[in-house]
Amino acid sequence: MDFSTLNPVALIASLIMAATPILLAAIGELVVEKSGVLNLGVEGMMIIGAIAGFAISVETDSPWLGMLAAVLAGASLALIFGFLTQFLLSNQVATGLALTLFGLGLAALLGQSYSGMKPPSSLRLDIPVLSDLPIVGEMLFRHDFMVYFSLLIVVGVWFFLNRTRAGLVLRAVGENHNAAHSLGYNVVMIRMGAIAFGGACAGLGGAYVSLIRVPQWTEGMTAGAGWIALAIVVFASWKPWRVILGAYLFGGVTILQLNLQALGIGISAAYLSMTPYLITIIVMVIMSADRRRASLNAPASLGQIFHASH
Amino acid sequence: MSETLLEIKGLSKSYPGVKANDNVSFTIQQGEIHALLGENGAGKSTLVKMIYGLVHPDEGDMVLHGKHYMPHKPSEARNLGVGMVFQHFSLFEALNVAENITLGMEHAPPRAELAVRIREVSNAYGLPLDPDRLIGDLSVGERQRVEIVRCLLQNPKLLIMDEPTSVLTPQEVDTLFLTLRKLSSEGVAILYISHKLDEIKTLCDHATVLRHGKVVDTCIPAEETARSMAEMMIGGELSMPTAREFTPGDTLLELNNLSLASLDPFGTSLTNVSLTLRAGEVMGVAGVAGNGQDELLLALSGERTTDSDMIKLKGVSLGGMGPTTRRALGLLAAPEERLGHAAAPDMSLTENAFLSARIRQKLEKSGFTLRNKRDDFTREIIEKFDVRTPGISNAARSLSGGNLQKFVIGREVLQQPTVLVVNQPTWGVDAAAAADIREALRTLAAEGAAVLVISQDLDELMEMSDTFAVLAEGRLSKPRSAVGLNVEEIGLMMGGNLEESANA
Repeated sequence: MDFSTLNPVALIASLIMAATPILLAAIGELVVEKSGVLNLGVEGMMIIGAIAGFAISVETDSPWLGMLAAVLAGASLALIFGFLTQFLLSNQVATGLALTLFGLGLAALLGQSYSGMKPPSSLRLDIPVLSDLPIVGEMLFRHDFMVYFSLLIVVGVWFFLNRTRAGLVLRAVGENHNAAHSLGYNVVMIRMGAIAFGGACAGLGGAYVSLIRVPQWTEGMTAGAGWIALAIVVFASWKPWRVILGAYLFGGVTILQLNLQALGIGISAAYLSMTPYLITIIVMVIMSADRRRASLNAPASLGQIFHASH
Repeated sequence: MSETLLEIKGLSKSYPGVKANDNVSFTIQQGEIHALLGENGAGKSTLVKMIYGLVHPDEGDMVLHGKHYMPHKPSEARNLGVGMVFQHFSLFEALNVAENITLGMEHAPPRAELAVRIREVSNAYGLPLDPDRLIGDLSVGERQRVEIVRCLLQNPKLLIMDEPTSVLTPQEVDTLFLTLRKLSSEGVAILYISHKLDEIKTLCDHATVLRHGKVVDTCIPAEETARSMAEMMIGGELSMPTAREFTPGDTLLELNNLSLASLDPFGTSLTNVSLTLRAGEVMGVAGVAGNGQDELLLALSGERTTDSDMIKLKGVSLGGMGPTTRRALGLLAAPEERLGHAAAPDMSLTENAFLSARIRQKLEKSGFTLRNKRDDFTREIIEKFDVRTPGISNAARSLSGGNLQKFVIGREVLQQPTVLVVNQPTWGVDAAAAADIREALRTLAAEGAAVLVISQDLDELMEMSDTFAVLAEGRLSKPRSAVGLNVEEIGLMMGGNLEESANA
């Protein structure tokens, strides 16, 4: 075995690419959960974003329009979930699971004629000056636009939740929807907004996979990234900056196992592919071991159906 | 101060099957403390929600300061100077005091300025508050201060208070009354809802009595007695439980240094709780909510297990046993939360009866439900405890709070427990139903069982207990005879002053 073929600079760069879709989906879901809604349909919204982004990019030859389409597609799917759970008061867990299955099926149907095509490339954003720096430049400043944008979203979400009144209201709704209602806040509409934002982020994450990371369309190509994103929200104990940590940690393990496979380590590839998921499970168990702390951070109304009663 | 502040003219509101308010009219003067009296379901809550803009009347009109007043949402009401302190606080445990106050204000000042104003106003009214503390870490009394200060920061002209004292210690009640009188002297009118008629008598200038959604009477509380006001509310004679001689029998339940860490981050852990409960005894456990009451109930019901010897029933150590075994042995419990803990909300009364009484009433045979026996048992509960329900297969959720409480208590009492533990047996239950429940528990004890009543209602405990102890910060005071105990002493014990009570 020759570990010297492992190039740490390339490793870090590909780690960031692997982490970005999960980061996008997770930060969206964080906002949804902060408002007290548990949407398990992240995987479905991602895959719909992936195909919508891919198809529109191919048809219009514009990756920007593709991204926009992915945002709209993810948000529309999320709004179906929102309508079912917020207005028709359906069970959030069941509806979220159904949304994933629906999204996977619909994406496969829409994507049939697109497999094997190549999307228009682009969206690179080499940051001037900084990208010319040795090592650091290649690692951190020669990425596509979306990598920086995803980090900006996280900062924006942190600012929104912790520094603005609207963010405070959103957290309040997730904390105690009955109290928020009695103070006169429109719980349902606030949650619909959060759900749509979560869907848009998940859609964008999906499009990142199909347009930039891979880039092509294959059925089921998000391959569980949506589920990982859900786990990362818990891992991050609903704190935006920790979502970055979680996503990059997961991205790191993913890339490391791919590289180890390429080195021909004497462990079956199947075991290596398992590691990111195993690590996620282990980290989750450790995080939630202290029940008191775990429940302190979780939004208290998470997953509960809100029924305005007078 | 005789200028009219709010005039309510013929408000009506119907819900499917109920007329919650029927042509309700009365007026509130500036600076007066006006009581709203009525049993559960008399329509008090609906009425104040209409004044606060949470519910819209079907008919009728309101005039505030001579102008037409009909708020469509609470923010409009707050803008016009109407504030409300809720019975179940509208607070967010994981947010701090300042954030909670901001959420209830229309034109919240920036953080730093708000913190200064919170300190100013809270000190001015004798309700000191630290803006940076988390609500989850505050006592119930402090939480109420947050609600009141939130209203005061918006310069209200009318303050609506729904059952404000039900969770306070007597000393906290005194502080609250001082604040309310000060507000009233500054011209703020207060609309005061309470079940505690003695309080209304000392505090309120006028009272309006509601029954079945209609105004049936008005009075000046100072000129009435608590009994006469209660009879106005129920529209009939009030039956009072009679005093009973207490002769303790054999020891039934023993707690030996029971300690239990709370799983709730805002809960209280139990520390070295010891008591002895004898046949025929009703022991009252007083204390402000959140001092370990929930944990005590969980430890006794078997939902949380402890060291085996910490809990003994007739000498049998059962601290390590689960609820089913304990029920079989005769230790039964009825928790405070009716919907979701004492009863499964969406299951029928028969199913709820079965779940609790399965073993003691032998409602199953080799894994199958004995349906007739189960239904008969449910009917027995409904008849003996006067549970008003259309039928035995209605969902628990469909019953009113008082009726469901009668069902829950009846279900446990009819299983002939050796020891019954109840938490807040008459919480939110009207006077007549509460009297029935207390009578049933005392009868159970008279027949040889022992009853442990955990409650925050001191009047209730003093009325029904033979022995009395206080739970403060997870520690239980030494139980003492309830004879000759006065409210002042209990109040001191509730504030955590256990030494005094141990020597008493």
